[in-house]
Amino acid sequence: MTIIFALISGVIFGAGLALAGMLDPSKVAGFLDLFGVWDPSLAFVMGGGVVVNAIGFMLIKKRSKPVFADAFKLPLTQNIDKPLLIGSALFGIGWGISGLCPGPAVASALLNPSDGLGFMVFLTAGLVLGRVIARRMA
Amino acid sequence: MTIDFDHFTPLMSLFGGVMIGGAALILMAFSGRVMGISGILAGLTQSHQNKSELPWRLAFILGTILGPFVVMMVTGQGIEIRPVAQGPLLMLGGLIVGLGTAIGSGCTSGHGICGLARFSTRSLAAVMTFMATAIITVALIRHVL
Repeated sequence: MTIIFALISGVIFGAGLALAGMLDPSKVAGFLDLFGVWDPSLAFVMGGGVVVNAIGFMLIKKRSKPVFADAFKLPLTQNIDKPLLIGSALFGIGWGISGLCPGPAVASALLNPSDGLGFMVFLTAGLVLGRVIARRMA
Repeated sequence: MTIDFDHFTPLMSLFGGVMIGGAALILMAFSGRVMGISGILAGLTQSHQNKSELPWRLAFILGTILGPFVVMMVTGQGIEIRPVAQGPLLMLGGLIVGLGTAIGSGCTSGHGICGLARFSTRSLAAVMTFMATAIITVALIRHVL
């Protein structure tokens, strides 16, 4: 059942990204272009997503465990450390260059395979390499 | 600052955002997992370590790929994709996004949608950092270089 609900969640995630305009790198860059002609649309994506998730999460938390799993698996790390800030800073640079963050990159990989599949290969290579670097930093 | 009203889509973007939040809720309520796509992808590359986590991760990724096709079937319209980078620059962007999200333990979905909804100060720091460097990067590319 966890697999079925992960699939359903993924479909809604991918569809939401597409409807929101997140699969269009030019729209993403338009949102990030605060010093040019600014398209604020994606603030509504983040706002809508966070508010719905925050309200729902408060209700979910009252349960002792998920419907089809043993426990809620939440991140254990709480502190703001160097890897968090360096990694996030790097991610922002890559996002600014490409107009693609990991979700939209996955969702558009087959829609625009000439660009998308190559991007996914390098993204995955970066994830593997980044894990090695993160381990050294720890 | 000038607002780009030609491309501004507040209602559709809000609707998409609500769906993204709903997707995160479904994954947490039923499977107990955070919807952090970079973490899910990274988990696939080390599947030998935790085989039991592989099926739901694959299912989520498959769903994410299918989602836009469902939208196209329902609306009967294509999805606009206008690249901002090509070739080596795009690949470099992909590599940096991968490196950054692995070192920083998350991206727009995990730190942004999920972390902020849990009022995590760690995720707030991550979001403010990547928003700042992304805005600076676009400003440099579009207005300086």
